[in-house]
Formats: sequence, structure tokens, C-alpha cells
Amino acid sequence: MRINPKTADKVTTVLFYLVAAGFIILLVFFVGYILYEGRVRLNLHFITSSPVFMQAGGGIAPQLFNSVYLVFLSILITVPIGLSAGIYLAEYATQNRITKAIRFCIEALASLPSIVIGLFGLLVFVSMTGWGYTLMSGALAVSILNLPVITRISEDSLRGVPKSYKEASLALGATHWQTITKVLVPVALPGLITGIVMTAGRAFGEAAALLYTAGMSSPKLDFTNWNPFSFTSPLNPFRPAETLAVYIWKVNSEGLIPDARQVADGSAAILIISVFLFNIGSRFIGRVLSSRFSGKSK
Amino acid sequence: MKNNTKKIDKYYALKHEYSGRTVVTIFGIMLILITLTMVFFLISKGSATFFQNHISLKEFLFSTEWMPGKDEAQGGPAVGALIFIIGSILISGFALLISTPFSVALAIFMTQISPAFGKKLLQPVIEIFVGIPSVVYGWIGLSVLVPFVRHQFGGLGFSLLAGSLVLSVMIFPTITSVAADALSIIPNDYKEASYALGATRWHTIRRIIFPTALPGILTGVVLGLARAFGEALAVQMVIGNTIRIPGTILDSTVNLTSIITMDMGNTAMGTTWNNALWSMALLLLIISFIFIFIIHRIGRKGSASS
Repeated sequence: MRINPKTADKVTTVLFYLVAAGFIILLVFFVGYILYEGRVRLNLHFITSSPVFMQAGGGIAPQLFNSVYLVFLSILITVPIGLSAGIYLAEYATQNRITKAIRFCIEALASLPSIVIGLFGLLVFVSMTGWGYTLMSGALAVSILNLPVITRISEDSLRGVPKSYKEASLALGATHWQTITKVLVPVALPGLITGIVMTAGRAFGEAAALLYTAGMSSPKLDFTNWNPFSFTSPLNPFRPAETLAVYIWKVNSEGLIPDARQVADGSAAILIISVFLFNIGSRFIGRVLSSRFSGKSK
Repeated sequence: MKNNTKKIDKYYALKHEYSGRTVVTIFGIMLILITLTMVFFLISKGSATFFQNHISLKEFLFSTEWMPGKDEAQGGPAVGALIFIIGSILISGFALLISTPFSVALAIFMTQISPAFGKKLLQPVIEIFVGIPSVVYGWIGLSVLVPFVRHQFGGLGFSLLAGSLVLSVMIFPTITSVAADALSIIPNDYKEASYALGATRWHTIRRIIFPTALPGILTGVVLGLARAFGEALAVQMVIGNTIRIPGTILDSTVNLTSIITMDMGNTAMGTTWNNALWSMALLLLIISFIFIFIIHRIGRKGSASS
């Protein structure tokens, strides 16, 4: 029996709509579930107190701080390198072997499993430097993870600048480099910042690359001590620094605290909320910047 | 006088062009150096199993005997990694089987059926899925999926099925985004020509749009597979980590990334056990290079046929 083509068309259209709706429902379920399960712990005490050894009722303050600090450091490392490499690829690179090699390396780095990058970090930033598990080692490993992403974002947003801008600047006698720094980068800035914030958001939830670089413990942090050279200072980058994502994993696999389940629920909820904040934040910043630069707002 | 302006010109060019240009070129080349360093260190560390511990490559790749702690007296440690390799292949293979139809359907929906809906609602939805950290996927898998499998199908719940399901959700954004990109660049003429001949939308999608975008869709599928193969924590949390080849999809099992994650911390550097883990990391690196190679081949074929 042959199915009427029009019926087939209608049936498949309905199916496609169902698939799309299914994904939206799945997301709503995920986010709803995580927030609902974590609701008990979504309070100030949880995010401002330290975990208590082998006891219930601990918070996640050091882990949350470590995550933020680590992402901040890694962005500080990645952006100058990634932006420069992006500028090179978008503006100076000619079709030669070096360019080809760089493009291949970006692709290779981007597709490496993060656990492999973590192991490389263990070898180089933990063992060879003699630092041991430190926040800095973790930040460097995450930087390698982010580098291909930031480079691509930089290249793409520079290429997205209309050609006429560049030509106008060159016609006025500016050098190529002046054109890049004074015209292209500022114009590309909204896209760049959106991309950087999104990358930061992804780094915030990274765990596999950090298990064996930033470590799975955090020393007792004294949040009144802001001397970066003191071991108990939160600002010291050369101390073990378990991040929030790593903590979720560790709490589960070790189960040393009796309220592991609630702690993991609460931490997962905080992570999801952070993902939303990064996501909305990047869009918001991008929109504000682009409307300011294009002169649409006063 | 003339000579003087020339000097100033040179200095000006140096300051405002060449210095900047040199710096960005160096940073570009730094990307190559980082990659090479990484490959070099992983090769030197990962090959120790074969050169220092004298395990043959054949044994490592094709033996299922994993007894890394066995005494020298009993024949020395055995580090056959086949169980982990098979585990990785099965988990990511099933994930791909589950994920691909839905991911591609979603990409078709976003580009061909309702682009407005796709851009306004589904694009942000995909971005949020990408943003969800892998431990959170693992955690949802552990607290929802594992008990679900246990109640529905019996057993422990920690299973190949749970691992594949978690992965299938994690890789769908990759497949969908790459496939959607490939689908959206198909010229409108193709569609219009097909409609003009009286074809329905489904017919056009199936016969014209899908085959034209196939290379791009396949690229997305391979990228998804690469992501599935390298994922560590989310899988490790739900597959049970029993060192055996699973008999059914409800059995617990183990894969390359999980064993590395679990054992790297409690083995001493330089032991055969530890070296074998590095060899597995090297294997993951090689496999991810193979995936890139496949993607390039697909890309070349795609551009040659069009």
C-alpha cells in the first residue's frame, strides 16, 4: 500500500514538532529537577560556609570561590594568547604551511578529551614545575582547554567586521596594525566579550581537567586574610583548590559526609544557576556593548 | 633631510606595524608549540609501558587480562586494555545510535520547518544544554536515570544503558549545531525547484535537502562521537565501573576515561599500572586525531561531489 504523500508530509511534520518539543521538555525537566532538589540548600549559609569534615551541614564557600578564581585566572591567561592568535589568523596569515599547521593544531586541541588535557597538566604543571596540586596548575590546564575556543571566537568576530571599516582606516593612512587595534578590535568587541563570557561559563563547570591539576582538596581558607602569599589566603594561587564541579564528583565517589546527596544537589543547583547567569550575562553584555558602539542608545 | 624622514618612517613602521605583527605571529605559532609539547609528552609517557615495562603493543590492545597489581612471581602485572577499549566503543556507539536520529531531526526542524521558532527558542535551549557541566549530567544520571533503570529493568541500574543515555544527551548539541549549519547553507533554489515539481516538504527534505547536507551532518556525527569517546566523569558516575565486557546493555561496565580517572590518583608514577594508564591517555589522543582525519576526509568528499 502506498501512503499518500500529503499524509506522509503531515505525519512527519507532526513528528518533527514532537522532537523539538521533546528537547524543550527535557531541558525544563533537567533544570526544574536540579533546582527543585537543590532548593533546600539554596541559602546564604550554604554558599558562605566551609564543608565540615565527616559531618553534615557543611557549605561550599571555598569551592565556589576556587571556581570563580580559577576561571578568572584562566581567562586572564587565555585571552591575550587567543586574541593575538585570532588576530594573526584573521589579518596576517597567508595561505602557507604555518597557517595550515596552526589551524590543524586548533582543531586538534579543541577535540582533545579534557581528561587528556588534565593528564598533560598533571605531568607538566603539577610534577615538572614541582608545584603539586595548585590552583595555578588547574588554571593553566583550563587555559589550554579554552585556548582553541577563544582563538576561534577572536578570528570569527574580527572577520565579521565589515570590509569598508578596514578600507576606510587604511585609506586614512593608518598602518595595518593601527587599523586592527583602533578599528577592528573595538568594533568586534561585543562579539568577543560575549564569546569570552560564554567560554568562562563552560570553564566554570569543568571538572575532568581539574581532578589531577587543581586537586581534590582545599586547605582551610581564611577569608579575612587577603595576602596572596599566605597559604591560608584565598588569593594564593599556589595551593590545592578543589572547584565546585570537582566537589560534586568527589562527594559522590567518596561519600564521606552523611549529607552527600543534599550537598551534591545544592552544588548542582548552584552550578546550573551559574550557567544561566553566564549565559544571560554574555547576551546582555553583548547587546549593551553593541548598541553603545553602533550609537543607537544615548 | 631626506635621510632623516626615512629614519622616522622606519621607526614609525616598527612601532606601529611590525612590533604588533611580530607579537601576534609569535602567539599564533605558540599554539603549534603547545600542541607539539602535548603530543611529545603524551607519547614519551605513554610509550613507557612498551619500552620500559616491555608489554607488547599486541597485549595492551588485544588482551582482556587486566591485573596490574599482580606480583612479578606470578608472571608480573598484566595490563591488557581491551575491556576498556570495548567499553568505550560500546558506550559511545550506543550513545550515537540513540542521539543521531533526534539530533538530526531537530536540526531539520530548526532550519527547514520552523526557522523562527528554531532561532528564538531552540538555539538558546541548545546553548544551555552545552553549558550544563558534565558533572551535572552525571549527577542527574546518577540520581534519576540509574534508579529508573533499576526499577524498570532490574539489576543495579549502573549500566551501559545509563552511560549511553547520559552521553546521548551530552552529544546532541554538537550534532545538531553542526548539522544545522550544513542544512542552512543549502541554496533555496534546490527547495524551490523541488516544490515546483510538486514534491511535498517531507519529500523535499528526504530526497533533496538531507542528501545535499549529508557530509555536514556526518561531520556533526563524528564530532559527537569524538565528544562521547572522550567524556570522563559523567560516564564514570553511571556505568558502575566493573572491569568486564558487558553481556547485555543492562550490565555495568567500564571504559578508558573512567579507569584513568579512578586509578590515576592511587597509583605511583613509574609503575606498570600507572604507565598503562598513560598509554590509554595516548590512545585517546590518537583516536581523537583519527576523528579529525575522518572529518577532513568527509569534508573533502563533500566538496568534491558538489
